[in-house]
Amino acid sequence: MSVVTRRVALAIAALMTAAPFASMEAAAQQGPIRIGEVNSFGRFPAITVPWRNGFRQAIDEINAAGGIRGQKIEIVSQDDGGTPADAVRAAEDLVTRNNVSLLAGGFVSPVAFALSDFAKQKKVVFICSQAASDALTMAQGNRYTFRLRSNTYMIVKTMTDVAAKLGKKRWAIVAPNYEYGHAAAENFKQMMAAQVPGFEVVAEQFPALGKIEAGPTVAALQKAKPDGIFNVLFGADLVKFVREGEPRGLFEGRTVLGYETGQPEWVDIMKEEAPKGWIVNGYPWYSIDYPAHKKFVADYQAKYNDYPRHGSFIGYVTGILVGDALKKAKDTTADSIISALEDLKVETPVGPMTMRGSDHQLTYGTFVGTLAIEGGKGVMKDWTFRDGAEVMYPDADVARLRPRD
Amino acid sequence: MWEITTQVLTGLASASNLFLVACGLTLIFGVTRVVNFAHGSIYMLGAYAMVTFVSPMREYLGPTLGFWAAVAASVIFAAVVAALIEVVLLRRLYRSNHLFQLLATFGVVLIVQDLVILVWGADDILGPRAPGLTGFVSLGEHRFPAYSIFMIAVGPVVFLALWLILHRTRWGTLIRAASQDKEMVGLLGARDKLLMTSVLALGGALAGLAGALQIPMQPANAFMDVSIITEAFVITVIGGMGSMTGAFLAAILVGLIQALGIQLFPKSTLVLVFLVMAIVLVIRPWGLLGRPEVEAGGAMGEPPERILSPNTTRFALAALAIFLLLAPQFMSEYHVGLLIEVLLMSLFAFSLNFILGNGGLVSFGHAAYFGLGAYGAALAVYHWRWPMEAALVLGPLVAAAGALVFGWFVLRLAGVYAAMLTLAIAQILWSLAFQWNEFSGGDNGVNGIWPSAWAQSRVVFYYVVLLLSVAAIGALWRATKAPLGYTLRAGRDSPRRCEAIGINLLTHRWAGFVLAGAAAGLSGALFAFSKGTVDTHVLSVHMTVDSLVMVLIGGVNAITGPLMGGTIYPLLKAYIMPLTDAWRMFLGAVILLTVLLFPQGLAGFLSKFSRRFNSSTEPTSVSLRVASERGQ
Repeated sequence: MSVVTRRVALAIAALMTAAPFASMEAAAQQGPIRIGEVNSFGRFPAITVPWRNGFRQAIDEINAAGGIRGQKIEIVSQDDGGTPADAVRAAEDLVTRNNVSLLAGGFVSPVAFALSDFAKQKKVVFICSQAASDALTMAQGNRYTFRLRSNTYMIVKTMTDVAAKLGKKRWAIVAPNYEYGHAAAENFKQMMAAQVPGFEVVAEQFPALGKIEAGPTVAALQKAKPDGIFNVLFGADLVKFVREGEPRGLFEGRTVLGYETGQPEWVDIMKEEAPKGWIVNGYPWYSIDYPAHKKFVADYQAKYNDYPRHGSFIGYVTGILVGDALKKAKDTTADSIISALEDLKVETPVGPMTMRGSDHQLTYGTFVGTLAIEGGKGVMKDWTFRDGAEVMYPDADVARLRPRD
Repeated sequence: MWEITTQVLTGLASASNLFLVACGLTLIFGVTRVVNFAHGSIYMLGAYAMVTFVSPMREYLGPTLGFWAAVAASVIFAAVVAALIEVVLLRRLYRSNHLFQLLATFGVVLIVQDLVILVWGADDILGPRAPGLTGFVSLGEHRFPAYSIFMIAVGPVVFLALWLILHRTRWGTLIRAASQDKEMVGLLGARDKLLMTSVLALGGALAGLAGALQIPMQPANAFMDVSIITEAFVITVIGGMGSMTGAFLAAILVGLIQALGIQLFPKSTLVLVFLVMAIVLVIRPWGLLGRPEVEAGGAMGEPPERILSPNTTRFALAALAIFLLLAPQFMSEYHVGLLIEVLLMSLFAFSLNFILGNGGLVSFGHAAYFGLGAYGAALAVYHWRWPMEAALVLGPLVAAAGALVFGWFVLRLAGVYAAMLTLAIAQILWSLAFQWNEFSGGDNGVNGIWPSAWAQSRVVFYYVVLLLSVAAIGALWRATKAPLGYTLRAGRDSPRRCEAIGINLLTHRWAGFVLAGAAAGLSGALFAFSKGTVDTHVLSVHMTVDSLVMVLIGGVNAITGPLMGGTIYPLLKAYIMPLTDAWRMFLGAVILLTVLLFPQGLAGFLSKFSRRFNSSTEPTSVSLRVASERGQ
């Protein structure tokens, strides 16, 4: 073999090996921006599948409108198995093998905390959508984690601002026995005590999640003769509690404050037995008449042949937030996305919201209204919308509680 | 006065429900000796059947008749499903290891969980209240729901009916006979297969009734199975496995304790029942009315022949060692992470099998030691800022200390009761971790448990895990070949002879228990650092079930069995979960297939396979052996 032919052969060989890489690189530049979607789809489908629907609807809309500077967004999906260990493995798969630019999802709070810590460790952005635990953005907050939905503090503040005006002093609390329930109860006690002179908690019940012994719980509350009841139960526990409490007359002549009770996820289960007259926060999708929201509902129903739940709305806003952040960020590195997200203002179907830079919490608003029965199911009446910006943690608390990084 | 009465009545109402589920469970256990996890699934299916049947039936038959007809239809539906499970699945497993049956029923649980969501959707489904029972009865100034009064009556009525069936009919007599001696009943000419199916159907009917009667109180939902099954087990154990009257008394005891306990300790709801079970078992090792078990633990039999010849083994080990040492060089970071999980799960499964396969001690609570190790390490980092190196020492020590204390209680019991006490201990630890927010982080868990700076890189941490887990597995492996291992096997096969030749079996078992606990603790501690987080899941029943699944998939008899299971199971989960929302169903199907196709586990299958392979290459020696066995 002459020198020339050897050189030619080498050149060809070099081309053959290099060509695939070159084309891959080009593809990577025009190719889609990948984002990771991780949630408990298998274990908690009633909550997480509507979220996924809303999220994908928003991303589809962004892609249909041309994507991010011509690049499409591609969702890579993983089930978090409902446990931190599985969630961390799923996130690792998304981040290291699928090169996603950010993670979105997280419903169960231990999973949300694990993912948040993972995000910090791997320096990747995590937009926690559905977990409400205050600590996620406060005591255990970190630079890489952003939370979308209103946290426990915000919801309870919204509700106690309403309840404080009712002049009831003796309150009973019933909440599921885990952090979610305890946090809501603690917030309630502190905020009521600050606003209502003579406020006292006369009974507290913390039944195990999913295992309420409704009879004894109702009897224990009744014994204390409260003026008002703060309920944090949801799902099957809530139904058992209501079905046991109604015949025993627990709710007669009492103010009942239902934390999250008005969410379609919970109130719709109860059909025409939804507890009338409870003051609840929730998502009255059927009577929000902003044009943008009506379009969201119509598109959702056309796309999924189902009506939106609160999870769907959170998912949709997650998609909008992700899209806007990617548009604003100069590239898809974590640092760029973080600086794009901080103090980012997004237009949602119910009005503008801001991702507050100081604690990475979106100013997600809360609807509060009174439950009534209409057309065989519970609906929120006379609701008002409280802008999340008004009920955020005060700056002093953020400075005191949130670690600086 | 009225207040206490209301509380007691409330307790009795929930006791009725618990009894309906528990009596079926105890009946099935009594006759088939199967610890039937799927019983909770049947209860859930009963509830779903009720919400499905009740609307059309109310339309055709009117609200009252339609409601009760729907209850009857649901009972029949549940009975048919239970009978089907017996015919298709359990019937094939009566001769296999008891744990295998348990594993199979757990596979059914997983499948039904997803099936329910596929068929009925993810949302809870509310049914109507019971017609004529929607009101209340006034007790002084207290009101008591009429439906609860009805529920109070259901328990004793069903109990009486069952007693009459068991004592006054031929079928019942056969059932009682079968629970004394199954084989003898068959030998005496009863159609024992039909008998088994009918017992499962009866148990299923009772569970279905309990599920259907829940509908006036709660919506049908996909979490009903888990929420009832552990409590039902607790009741059967407190009452004495197989004892109907025992279950009845235990249900009342638990119902009352829950009702009154809520008043006294409103936050202790999770732990109370298990505490009661632990106390009862310590005082009465066979429950209130149970009989001592004839078959302690279940002998695991001979260790199998070698799967591979010594030379091939050496070659395979060398190949494995090279693979494990070089793996990070050609694997992605994610796959190295998976490999870490495989190593840790292998160690976890291996530690369980050290007491289970080797020692014949069934544990339903091995997660306790994994969890103690994980929490021990994580809390040392979290509260006291210990470095990883020190935390990795503390974790196993905490687990060993736990095993030392709990072993003292557990090892005095036998068989299923010992297993249930291990479950109770794990559950008590789980509720402690769940509720002791300030110390354990509660259900949010403990985060930020990452390796020391030098071991931060995946690859370095992989080698740390490789070194420690291989060392621990090696040490346990060595122990099975040491006098301790021989003594444990002797105790497994013949405890009496063991004692007769002067071996203090209890001390040896205790030592084995602590050793296994420490090894599980090490895998837990490493697991915490590999995930960066620890939460209550590491102490939960799920973790225990995972450990059993791994051991049983691999095979109890072979020393390498748990290693195979520990390799396959995490990989299976990692590859199935991204594919579909219904991953539990696939996992369940894989478990069922394993149980049906490889009743000795993979290792057992392989050893049989290699024996067959070897025998086909040396036909003469086999025919000679056969000839000699025939005495020719």
